[in-house]
Amino acid sequence: MSAVTTSGAAAGPAARTMSPRLRSAVRATISLVIFALLYEAIARSEYFPAVLMPSLGKIGHTLLTGILDGTMIGHAAGTMYRVMCGMALAVVVGLPLGILMARSKPVENFVMPLASAFMPIPSLAWVPIFILWFGLGNTVAILIVFYAALFPMLLNTWSGVRAVNPLWLRAAGAMGADERKLFWKVIVPGASPFIITGMRQAFLRAWIAVIGAEFLAASDWGLGWVIFDAKEFLNAELMIASLIVIGAIGFLFERLVFGTLERVTVQRWGMVRMAKG
Amino acid sequence: MADVVTSSSALAAAPSAAPEDARWRVIARNAFPFIVVFAIWEIVAQLGIFPPRLFPSLLTVAQAFVNLTIEGILPHHALDTILRLLAGFALAGLVGVTLGILMGRSRRFEDIALPLVSVLAPIPGIAWAPLFLLWFGLGSQPAMLLVAFVSAFPIIFNTWTGVKAVKEIWVRSAQAMGADDRRLFVKVIVPGALPYILTGLRLGLAQAWRALVGVEMLAAVPWGLGWMIFGAREFLNTDVMLAGVVVIGALGLALEKLVFQKLEQFTVMRWGMMT
Repeated sequence: MSAVTTSGAAAGPAARTMSPRLRSAVRATISLVIFALLYEAIARSEYFPAVLMPSLGKIGHTLLTGILDGTMIGHAAGTMYRVMCGMALAVVVGLPLGILMARSKPVENFVMPLASAFMPIPSLAWVPIFILWFGLGNTVAILIVFYAALFPMLLNTWSGVRAVNPLWLRAAGAMGADERKLFWKVIVPGASPFIITGMRQAFLRAWIAVIGAEFLAASDWGLGWVIFDAKEFLNAELMIASLIVIGAIGFLFERLVFGTLERVTVQRWGMVRMAKG
Repeated sequence: MADVVTSSSALAAAPSAAPEDARWRVIARNAFPFIVVFAIWEIVAQLGIFPPRLFPSLLTVAQAFVNLTIEGILPHHALDTILRLLAGFALAGLVGVTLGILMGRSRRFEDIALPLVSVLAPIPGIAWAPLFLLWFGLGSQPAMLLVAFVSAFPIIFNTWTGVKAVKEIWVRSAQAMGADDRRLFVKVIVPGALPYILTGLRLGLAQAWRALVGVEMLAAVPWGLGWMIFGAREFLNTDVMLAGVVVIGALGLALEKLVFQKLEQFTVMRWGMMT
């Protein structure tokens, strides 16, 4: 990232740094093209049955028609809706609880043992039990996302608030900040790098958990359900097309949403160095 | 571990009384939240608000746990899950470290492999499960392969970063002192990259564990904890399911305490030796 800005600033060294960069890009393209051709050759050779290993053209066609007629977008929106509901719940519970834990010893003593006992249980292990309790469908998926996202949220908030420099607290107190101002002006910005890291980790976990939950607690929409349903009909091109959509959404979210969030909050407050160090 | 050793070796009664007391207080403090949660659970279960088949009392769960353990069913499930995890993880470690080192050392190989790895990495591993089932059939093999696939990515990325983080000056000074390629690799690059590699292995194992439980439910393996709890759903055996979840949690905790933390200590130790 920094290489880009430096090479833009000075024209002389830019030419030299540009060429390996360009070469890498060219090689990357070549390698992806070669692998695509290799895949296509194997798929066309019908060494494996064509239903199991569809050609790239078919996958592209399925992906494109799915996007154009809106079904793929609908399923993606359904999955997104579940992730957002679960994430929102996790933030609503995890953020205040994490702050409370860091500010009050009894709360920490009560929550910490429970959190460390429940954290190692993979969220998907709860799916069968939740299905029995809540039936198939939305509730299970949202609760599984909540479970997966809660612990990164909780623990990062907790360590973020604890990591706020006590000198800042005392300085703000000496300058006459009351409890509320202390909270909003010192603790929240101070802990924000950790909180955003927590959200990022929570989203990554949630994105994995929602797919698993949709496989098992199948309702009738969602990207995970599409893959699982397509398996029954040996529709491998639809499965791979959905995989591409799942990967793309995860990637975009990580880059665009959290990258932007970090830029507008943490970097502007000048907190990034502290988060890394 | 260290605590146990010191307290048992402290035969002098008088000074050991105070730390003993403090230790009991820590145990009591850690146990208290569980007692509260269990009590609430038991009260809700006894009140019969929910059908007892769906919300069994803790006694029933404990009973199921003991019965399954004595009959050898639960240990068999757990053993198969652990073996599957280790087999998949070993495969991932072998492939991941090799690929990572190659990517770190050879510019050409990096340019070829990195785009592929970066394209595949953002797709959640569990999403591949149905496709793996189509390709490799039901059972243990696809589950193992998926575990290997899932945990390979953090291992590759971290190994690659670690090899690249080896200081150029160490490499050059080793070369100036006449180290050949093999010695350079064994004496400089591997130790220098080791902290990163260990971190990668730790992350990979954690991801493998989370994916394995899910894929066992999908792949209809004959034995395995994931399958056990998913199969018990058909018969509304909530007690068996909860016993299975407890075992899964205990295994996860053991992995974290015995493997991850040991690895991390080792990593920190290596770091200390490095700088």
